[in-house]
Amino acid sequence: MEARLGRYILYRLAQVIPLVFGVIVVTFLIIHLAPGDPVLALVGNFPAPEEYVTRLRQDLGLDKSLPVQLLHYLRKVAQGDLGYSFAQRRPVLNIIFERMGATLLLAGTAWLLAAVLGVAMGILSSLRQYSLVDHATTVAALIGFSVPVFWLGQLLMLIFSVGLGWLPPQGMQSIREEYTGLRYYLDIGAHLILPALALSTRFLAINARLTRSSMLDALGREFITTARAKGLPELRVILHHGLRNALLPVVTVMGLNVGFLFAGSALVETVFGWPGVGRLLFDSISTRDYPILLGIFVVVALAVIIANLLTDLAYAVLDPRIRYK
Amino acid sequence: MLFSTRASVTSDTPPGGQLAGAEDPGIHEKGGWGTDRAVGRRLRVFWRRFSRSRSAVLGLGVVFFFTLVTLVATWVAPHDPTALIAQPFISPGPRYPLGTDNLGRDVLSGVVYGARVSLAVGFLAAATSTLIGVIVGAISGYLGGVTDALLMRLTELFQVLPRFFLALLVVALAGPGIGKIVFVIAILSWPPMARLVRAEFLSLREREFVEAARALGVATPTIIFRDILPNALPSVIVAGSLDIAQAILLEAGLSFFGLGDPNLTSWGGMLNNALAFLRTAWWMPTFPGLGIFLTVLGFNLLGDGLNDALNPRLRSR
Repeated sequence: MEARLGRYILYRLAQVIPLVFGVIVVTFLIIHLAPGDPVLALVGNFPAPEEYVTRLRQDLGLDKSLPVQLLHYLRKVAQGDLGYSFAQRRPVLNIIFERMGATLLLAGTAWLLAAVLGVAMGILSSLRQYSLVDHATTVAALIGFSVPVFWLGQLLMLIFSVGLGWLPPQGMQSIREEYTGLRYYLDIGAHLILPALALSTRFLAINARLTRSSMLDALGREFITTARAKGLPELRVILHHGLRNALLPVVTVMGLNVGFLFAGSALVETVFGWPGVGRLLFDSISTRDYPILLGIFVVVALAVIIANLLTDLAYAVLDPRIRYK
Repeated sequence: MLFSTRASVTSDTPPGGQLAGAEDPGIHEKGGWGTDRAVGRRLRVFWRRFSRSRSAVLGLGVVFFFTLVTLVATWVAPHDPTALIAQPFISPGPRYPLGTDNLGRDVLSGVVYGARVSLAVGFLAAATSTLIGVIVGAISGYLGGVTDALLMRLTELFQVLPRFFLALLVVALAGPGIGKIVFVIAILSWPPMARLVRAEFLSLREREFVEAARALGVATPTIIFRDILPNALPSVIVAGSLDIAQAILLEAGLSFFGLGDPNLTSWGGMLNNALAFLRTAWWMPTFPGLGIFLTVLGFNLLGDGLNDALNPRLRSR
């Protein structure tokens, strides 16, 4: 068992390498297929020193064959060199890492919210199939799945910040205050509520509906009847026997939706002026800071690959029935 | 179907409807839809099943309504959506039902014309990605072997690429334009369809009618497109209608990031424009966003309804 799991992990790791390679090749192709000089894609629309442009041309070996150029690019990415932003006069990787914390805080909170509330709604719904709660959940899930996150964000801001004045509309911290200690965290928390709500909705909807159907499936199985026949308390049957089995597909789908989570985060950050990678992306588009756009794409693509790998491994550990290929 | 894993980014999940109707003799017959009378009968059966669901009919109604708006936009829109026709920031009232924006443009006209962009991009992008997905999936599933392995690796690569970020990057570098937007969305959206069609083909190619065709010496392309494909169509139609919803959302996201076609009024672009004026004009974000929401909801309801009607064995509980 242990040895087989180990082999499976190695097998999945080996699958990751061509994917990472593929992502870098795609990025490389985009740089080269973009209209105009590929150097423009790497420098952006910002005046760069002539020496740098010359060095970049040599680095890229634009007079050399495409495979040689690809090799150069691969080496640069492998060394963590995602280019240089002349608009900000700093390496791209540093700029992205600086913003990553804010994005992870927002996305992580939304993710947690979607997991806890979505699964809870799904369970309630499955226990009272075709009841009022069930119908309400179904309708809410459908709405949550169809509403564009950035519009939802704007509506929440209109209602709770502009209209009622309950929560701050913009940013991550109050600019005029110098909070310390607990107040500091409470301040961030207050700023976090609306963007996290907006971002979580779509995933909450997916989780609720998925939990509902997989719970209904699990509760209809024979081992549930057996558990009940043994006289186990109903709560234990539902949570220990039903939910444990029903959660597997939820875990998978949540892991596989990480790309959508980052995309949603970029949109929500833009609405709320949240100082994360998404807002950086938005600002870089308007300043035509292409190196940052390329860098963010590579980082998100790698994050998605890693998230998929972790999901598969989590699944392998959680589900003893899995066949290790 | 709507919430199935086919909406996911990557590889190891089976696409939602992959078992669709595999053992349903009513749908799976040689040559698919058969004679005209049989087609009529099938359509009646389909409609009876479809119209049983109120939400499906509602979805169809919403889609029909917005399609109609698109077709008659020039007559229904009171003004040119780009023309400065009045004072800025007039709140909704009898003269301007949805108000005017920061430049004094009519919001109602913008919403009407925005429907055109969303629906056109949604239909064209989904149609193109469906075409790519069907071709890749059909070849992969029918031929199997090395071809299948190679095509599936390619599909996996396209599935891990974060769609939204790649689309942004391409449009930012290549410059905005509605044709490019359709192309980018289509080229990034076909993998789930390819996996779905492949799964259908894997099960269908073992069936007797395919074996019979092969024994009769029918050419492979004919078997793929005339014998097997019609039987896979129900799943393709369902997935395609849900793809339209996703394409509309993606286009709105791109436009919201300021990368829409600058010559056209789109819902996402209007929301982008409204960002700076939330405090002054609540109507500026509210109505274009409502347009996106209702259209996407309509296509999702329609897709679910089609799924229940075309693949009755898969009815979600």
